[in-house]
Amino acid sequence: MTTLAIKDLQQLPVRLTSGHRLCAGCAESIIAKQIMMGSEDPLAVSLSTGCFEVSTTVFPYTSWNTPYIHTAFGNGAATCAGLETAYNALKKKGKITENINFVNFAGDGATYDIGLQALSGAMERGHRMLYVCLNNEAYMNTGIQRSSATTIGAQTTTSWPGTVSSGKKEFSKDLTQIMVAHNIPYVAQVSPHNWRDTVQKAQKAFSCGGPAFINALSPCPRGWRFASDQTIAMAKLGVETCVWPLFEVVDGKYELTGESARIASGKVEKKPVMEWISSQGRYKHLLQDRWEPVIEQMQKEVDRRWNKLIKLSEL
Amino acid sequence: MVMASISDLVVGGRIIKPGNSEQFNTGDWRTYVPVVDQDKCIDCGQCWIYCPDNSVVFREGHMSGFKLTHCKGCGICSKVCPKNAIVMKEE
Amino acid sequence: MPQDIAINGDNAVALAWKQIDPDVCAAYPITPQTIIVEKFAEYVANAEVSTEFVCVESEHSALTLCTSSASAGARTFTATASQGLAYMWEMLPITAAMRVPLIMAVANRAVSGPININNDHGDAMAARDCGWLMLFSENVQEAYDMSIVAPRIAEHHSVQLPCMVNLDGFVLTHAIERMTMVETQDVKSFVGEHKPLYPLLDVKHPVSHGNMDGPDFYYPHKYQSVIAMQKALEVCEEVFADFKKMTGRDYHLVEEYKCDDAEFIAIILGSSFGTMKATVDKLREKGIKAGCAMPRVFRPWPVEALAKAMAGKKAVAVYDKHLSIGSYGPMFPEVVAAASDLDKLPKMYNVIYGLGGADATVAGFEKSFQAVVDGKAEKIHYLGVRL
Repeated sequence: MTTLAIKDLQQLPVRLTSGHRLCAGCAESIIAKQIMMGSEDPLAVSLSTGCFEVSTTVFPYTSWNTPYIHTAFGNGAATCAGLETAYNALKKKGKITENINFVNFAGDGATYDIGLQALSGAMERGHRMLYVCLNNEAYMNTGIQRSSATTIGAQTTTSWPGTVSSGKKEFSKDLTQIMVAHNIPYVAQVSPHNWRDTVQKAQKAFSCGGPAFINALSPCPRGWRFASDQTIAMAKLGVETCVWPLFEVVDGKYELTGESARIASGKVEKKPVMEWISSQGRYKHLLQDRWEPVIEQMQKEVDRRWNKLIKLSEL
Repeated sequence: MVMASISDLVVGGRIIKPGNSEQFNTGDWRTYVPVVDQDKCIDCGQCWIYCPDNSVVFREGHMSGFKLTHCKGCGICSKVCPKNAIVMKEE
Repeated sequence: MPQDIAINGDNAVALAWKQIDPDVCAAYPITPQTIIVEKFAEYVANAEVSTEFVCVESEHSALTLCTSSASAGARTFTATASQGLAYMWEMLPITAAMRVPLIMAVANRAVSGPININNDHGDAMAARDCGWLMLFSENVQEAYDMSIVAPRIAEHHSVQLPCMVNLDGFVLTHAIERMTMVETQDVKSFVGEHKPLYPLLDVKHPVSHGNMDGPDFYYPHKYQSVIAMQKALEVCEEVFADFKKMTGRDYHLVEEYKCDDAEFIAIILGSSFGTMKATVDKLREKGIKAGCAMPRVFRPWPVEALAKAMAGKKAVAVYDKHLSIGSYGPMFPEVVAAASDLDKLPKMYNVIYGLGGADATVAGFEKSFQAVVDGKAEKIHYLGVRL
């Protein structure tokens, strides 16, 4: 496996080139590149419809230096599964000899909501593929509408704060747990500020020999309302506040990693959710007195999930 | 707008020139341009790994500058640099 | 020596698939296609095929998986019907636009609502704009034969379009008929080795497939498919000719029955073509110069062949087993268009029959055809409906 020194990572082939149309400061290409560094073998990539897909393949240009396919929105997992199935058929007949790894990138819209069925099906069937969710917590490509990954209290264009509303009412769906429940060999959460953690997890995912799922926090300057140079800082804050813990589940066994491991062991103080909220414009309205209960709800739920995660990692 | 000529198109809407978006310059998007102080730079590569647009250039292990044809001026490099060697200047 | 066997339509399709031995098959069961998938799964379980067989969790995923598999360079087959085809609908035009030669058997069944599991052409017809090749079968023999010719047509380098092989649900899928097999080695040499264009898994030549078009590219890309469809008419005839050399069975873009000297013809698809032939015979006994025709190839629409069949006729009755409510049946406007350049336009009538599996009998056909002959037919007649 590639060692994790930047000098060595710099020698790897460039799989995603410049010239894509992602917003300045978008985390998606940062995450995708880190993930792809986890595969030394050739990669075939599929994308679900979304920011990443649209921005990297505006005909006649493609930013992909790998085999790439996109079909539709809710079927990224099935698209990737089709490549993997064809690979098995053709390898069996000697028409392909090298090992190829398969990865589908999709937003939270295409994963948590419209794509959940196809994802569940592909994971259940055991295809040897990695599914990476680029979670920017809303349907960003269509203009920042709420998804089931949107956190409570967030402003989106379909969950406006208003005279009678504090933004999104529901907690975010815990999709990573749903993936763990599929009993697949590898599940993990990553955040792009910790590139070492992300690349290591991608390496494990690509070599686990079966279905793998990685959920990546993808801070969105446009949708979350923060300056474009804060993307990495935001990714780190998400982990430090335990809104987005870093962990992996290998054959059902939980382990916290990176900053989350240090927080759980007491080496580092857990930051309050208030820091997360006050750093992004999408939560600005929550700073009003009347929405204080929402912040309390958010902190309570973050703590509940965090404590449960610690217990799971102790099993 | 004039539609493309059929004779230029590969079957099935495919693009057969991988990574050809390098030919599409996104450098004209930016308002701020990064400037590196080589005296402060330690070639750690943090700017390189966090650049969303492959616009930090390393030559033989040394940070040699920015790919201004594509840099969108997001400023991430300047924020992640541990030595504050990169500043964003209005272009 | 080719064998005659007794077999139902679904099993005949599965048999053809077995003899071709595709690389990949992903399907989701739906009445009345289930037997195809179940039979094929049996072949897989006994290593009678080398196919990678995937039991997907929905038809949308079935067509998706098959599309990317075909893009990857694997010969890929699937099957569905009715609601399944409806669920796949989002992907149908995508598969066609991606220009992959996927073969799909459609066990024609009425589309809900109300929910109905019986035969009509609503499912295939609702998808007729999607850019797929569409072949129809009158009987089990044809369902089997069309399954064998389809890959040759679809995979032709000038065509590269996915193909629907239609067979009437229950009427053909579940009814046992006598059929002549083709020897397996002949099937294999007929369809030949799959030579995909720009296979996605050729990692040395990375290709991006399924990109986003602006207005300057979408219509030109679509026009490429227009050219492919035009080419497909020629390719169909070439492949049919080759098939005739191998089996003696002679297929055409439009099958004609007693049309040459007919004054009145019916145009009809699928198993009811057989019923109409019997009707034509009865009318001939009464001295009426009747004939009938079936556009075996529905997409591309065989304009010239149909015009030729209709030339000089007094009247043409188009029997559609589907209705675009608020307008006509699907074939009617296209038949009228095909006739529109004839020196003398025949009188044109539309008969809507058999929706949801309503019985399509010789008696019913005879009565409606007679009305056409007598000049008393309504422009659009809803056969069998009683107020």
